[in-house]
Amino acid sequence: MYDGMLAETVQITGDGGDLIAAYLARPLAPGPLPGVVIAHHMPGWDEWTKEVARHFARNGYLALCPHLFHRDAPDASPDDAAAAARANGGAPDDRVMGDLGGAVATVRALTNSNGKVAVLGHCSGGRQAYLSACRLPIDAAVDCYGGGVIMPDENLSPAMPVAPIELTPQMQAPLLGLFGNEDRFPTAEQVDQIEETLKANGKTYEIHRYDGAGHAFFCTVRPSYRVEAALDGWERIFTFLGHHLAA
Amino acid sequence: MCSYITEQPTLSGSAKGGAGWFRIQAASVYFDHPQHALDDHTLNVDLLGERPDQRLALELSAEAARALVTSIEAALAAGEASHLRSSGRS
Repeated sequence: MYDGMLAETVQITGDGGDLIAAYLARPLAPGPLPGVVIAHHMPGWDEWTKEVARHFARNGYLALCPHLFHRDAPDASPDDAAAAARANGGAPDDRVMGDLGGAVATVRALTNSNGKVAVLGHCSGGRQAYLSACRLPIDAAVDCYGGGVIMPDENLSPAMPVAPIELTPQMQAPLLGLFGNEDRFPTAEQVDQIEETLKANGKTYEIHRYDGAGHAFFCTVRPSYRVEAALDGWERIFTFLGHHLAA
Repeated sequence: MCSYITEQPTLSGSAKGGAGWFRIQAASVYFDHPQHALDDHTLNVDLLGERPDQRLALELSAEAARALVTSIEAALAAGEASHLRSSGRS
């Protein structure tokens, strides 16, 4: 099977019509192909997240990862931009939804798209994937250990004024959640609470938990990487997206 | 963790980073994911200038961070006492 791909940094139209950087990895195939928009983790728009995009492309997906901290430091390196975003109080949820929505539209407009697009994210991106399932017209969402889906009132801020869990009744996309039982953000108890809320609201979801894994178990360049959980997680992601993003 | 819990003191002074020397205007201090250190979580300090590339970043284990705090306190106490004596004010 031919597995050539094109991977490059492009500009896309994000929130408010702003141009922001994004990393696009796409198979060199006529399609039609499913798409996935990747919300990067809190350390930023880094090399590992771009590798995740290429992994999706190698597996037949149009993968686009917008630089969600672009505006915090337009010309700076991604790690300096992540530091600037933190100093600014974090990327505002509304802006992130605008950027991810722009990315979804960009993928759908590619000539070899099948029109079906998911949002997937790790860490803070997992929280944003959950928000996307509630706020964006997408076909599926994957939350990989997203912290802050449940937020105590004292953690709410102008940038993040609503806990995503409160928006669960509005969720319209099927959700896959992958969590480590040793994670503290979210805790196993919070994952139980998320699942109970999804169930009570009659949503389409799958939640999988991994013993011996904590936060960031997918991240191959960190000591938190857990190969068994990550390999099983990837399998579940491709099964879930294969079902929900079929043309 | 992936929290935005951050201490943000206003500081003055100078630092030298990848972009050379710059005037410090603020700092972010937080215990969260590092970019480079091989720990799950580290005590991170960003000394920030006017531009985003004016940043001096530290990622320390909790133990190293506490040792640094102790050293800073000790150096301040000894240094300030010495300089006050030498200026004839004590």
